[in-house]
This record gives sequence, structure tokens and C-alpha cells, in this order.
Amino acid sequence: MVRIEQDIHYRQQRMAFRKFAESEITPVAEQYDREQVFPAALLEKMAAEGFLGATIPQEYGGRGWDQVTAGLMYEEIGRACSSARSLLTVHLALVAETIARWAGSAQQAYWLPLLASGKKIAAFCLTEPEAGSDARSVAATYMQQGDRFVLNGRKRWTTFGQVADVYLVFARNKEKISAFLVNRDNPGVEVTPVQGMLGTRASMIAHVTFTDCEVEADALLGREGFGFISIVNTALDNGRYSVALGSLGILKCCLQHSMEHASRRRQFGNYLKDHQLIKLKITDMIADAKATGMLCYNAALLRKEKQANALIQTSLAKYYAAAAANRAAREAVQVLGALGCSEDSAVQRCFRDAKIMEIIEGSTEMQQLLISDHGFADLASIIED
Amino acid sequence: MNDIKEKVRAYLLQSINQGKAFTDADDIFELGIVNSLFAMQLITFMETKFSIRVENDDLEISNFNTVNNITGFIQRKLNVITTA
Repeated sequence: MVRIEQDIHYRQQRMAFRKFAESEITPVAEQYDREQVFPAALLEKMAAEGFLGATIPQEYGGRGWDQVTAGLMYEEIGRACSSARSLLTVHLALVAETIARWAGSAQQAYWLPLLASGKKIAAFCLTEPEAGSDARSVAATYMQQGDRFVLNGRKRWTTFGQVADVYLVFARNKEKISAFLVNRDNPGVEVTPVQGMLGTRASMIAHVTFTDCEVEADALLGREGFGFISIVNTALDNGRYSVALGSLGILKCCLQHSMEHASRRRQFGNYLKDHQLIKLKITDMIADAKATGMLCYNAALLRKEKQANALIQTSLAKYYAAAAANRAAREAVQVLGALGCSEDSAVQRCFRDAKIMEIIEGSTEMQQLLISDHGFADLASIIED
Repeated sequence: MNDIKEKVRAYLLQSINQGKAFTDADDIFELGIVNSLFAMQLITFMETKFSIRVENDDLEISNFNTVNNITGFIQRKLNVITTA
């Protein structure tokens, strides 16, 4: 198996992502997290780097990067800021990649160049007041009227919903759940900004309401009635991958800050790093960073090769990475003490952002159900692949 | 055809082996031994193993719900590729 960490091509790409993150994101991440506004200038820079179309085929204006490269991008951007990573999750992983997989050729030709260039920003409208982990219970409705569809419903906690130009919306017509690409400027779309979230505070979350919102027939993404089986499952699998790698980035950020602080700060006449209880925390973080990396990079390679078990390996990576990021963030705040609680500290932001990773794109509990059931059905595909 | 069916059956047996027997004509979704996520896994398996592409228009449950139907679907796809 290719060792991603040692492959010269991937090392160079990682360093390019890190250089961008350290120069363009890290210096301003605390400020825009406090302001709860994602800088338009940063979004434009990310678009200019090709991040918004990273995995979109070059024929549509994307970079055509493989899943390993995309994973390294999620990790390095996520290491600097989870709000920036969440832009990539919703725009690229949840929407653009799903269009690339399931849209018809005319839809791809229209949407993918707009999304890959960043001329249009996309968001994902699945969650509702009564539909979270139980995504099949969406209450938003659609009706066909002639050659148009009419949507009604309330969507909640839409990441980058405040700035998105197009929403991927899930709605039902009796037993059929279908997916639609709805322009923000379409009559009947109302966007309500949400502030004061625990984490990823600059991810421009909004509630989006659709009231007698009429869309053309070509707004339907995928086959009618297959919105859950093909579109939701594809999108959330892509999203889980980005969140897994983003969680690894949080973990490494926490480890880095903990080691730097432990090497600098002296208490009781010794550096923190020489205290045994601090060594224990650092050791656990290092072990988690390695274990999480192995799960994430394993999923990355399987996804690159389009192996069937990539889905469950991605779930496993997301499950472990989200938990490990929380462990690391908790201990990093402890190592840094009051400094770690300061609003100027990256680890306090990581502490809040890490919690979000256990909730989004399939909660930790949903992953546990999925992984356990899969283990009973086919343990070898988890343990041995 | 038999070779395809053997590979499909072997994959399903390996992937959904929960002690529930099923014949080549049994609907694996109606039996409740797979979920919708498995449908995506199955599509990925079919695409990778047989070098075919499952398109939007192929998304009919009747293409994926039994060993016989999956085999027939793959064979039709391969026939299209061969004659193209």
C-alpha cells in the first residue's frame, strides 16, 4: 500500500495546502470566529487556489484531484480552521461531488463550472426541525405542477446557508424523497441567519424556508424518488470523509499547540514537557494522531481506488477521528490552562469545533449503529481492509 | 453469465452474511438484510468489479434487488460496452 505520508507527490501537495492555511487562514481564524462571519476575501482566495472545485473533473473547470489529495486538503485546512473546512464540506463534498456523480450531462455542464470556480456557492438542506439523524422523515414537500415542481418546507442549520447561491434541497411527495437544486434568488426562498453556535462559528449557518417555491423540472437532481438512496447517501459519505480528515486536522492542531506550550512553560522548576502527567497527555495525543491518520488515509486510498468498502471505512474513520479530536482538544485546553481558555487561543476554538464533528454528517451514535451492524454482517471488510 | 452470478452471489454472501439464507430470486431489500447504504456499496462493487458505470436511469430497484436481477443488469451493461 502506498504510504501517503511518505509519497513525495502527496507530501508536496500537503505542504502547499499547509502553506496556504498558515499564511491565509491561521492569522485571521480567531478574529473571524469571534465575528461569526467568514471573510469573503478568504473565500475568494480558496476559490482562486482551486479548492472549491478540487475533485471536480478538469473538463468542468475543476482541478481533478484524487480523493487522497482532497483528504490532505481537508486535513490541512481543517487544522487551521473548521469553518473554512466546513465550506469545502458543504460546497464541494456534499453538493458538487454529488452533482458530478448523479446529475445528468446538462446539469453537470451548467452547475459544475459555476461551483468549481466559486462563482456560485452551494449548501445542503437536509436537516429539519423534526428530521436530523432520521433523515428519511423529512417533512418538506414537493408537488409536480405541469413541468414544474413546487417546494414547501423548513430546513434548519444549513452550513454556509447565509451566503450560498444554490441549495440542494430534499423533499417528499408521499413516499418518494427527491432532491432539487434551488437557486437562492428563486421566489419563495427565505434565509434567516443563525448566530451564537457552539463551534464552527464562522460557517454562516442559516435556516432556509421554502414557501410555494416553484422550480423548473431540470432542478430535480437524480431520479425522482431516489433522493435518499442515491443523493443523500452519496453526499453524506463524501461529507463524512471531509469531516474525518478535518477532525484529524483539529487533533494535530491541538497536539502542536500542546507540545509548543509544554516546551516553553515552566512550573515547579521544570518545563511542562518534563512533568510525567503532561507526558501522558502528549503520548495519548500522538497515539491518537497516528491511529486516526491510519484510518483516514486507509479510507482515502480505498476511495481513490473506488473500492466498495470505502463507505464503511470512511464511517469508521469519521467515528474515530471525531472522538479523537475531542479527546485531544480537551487535553490541549488542560495543558495550556488559562491560556487555552482564552479567546485568542486556537485550542479553545478547537475545543468547541471538535464537538461539532461528533454531530454533523451522521452523529457518533449513527456511526456506531452503522459500524456495529456492518461488523456483524462482514467483519473482515472492516478489520482486514 | 454464470461467472457474473457467482461473483455477485459471493459478494452478497460475504457482505450480508447474517445467518439469513436467500436464493438467487429473493429480494434482499424486502428481506430486510440490507439497508440503503448497502445499495451504494453494491453499486460501487458492481462498477469496480465489472468496469461498468451505473447511471441515473439505471436506478430501478428491480436492477439491484435479487442476485438474478443484479446479474442480468451487469450483463446488459457489459453487452452495451461490448457492442459500442
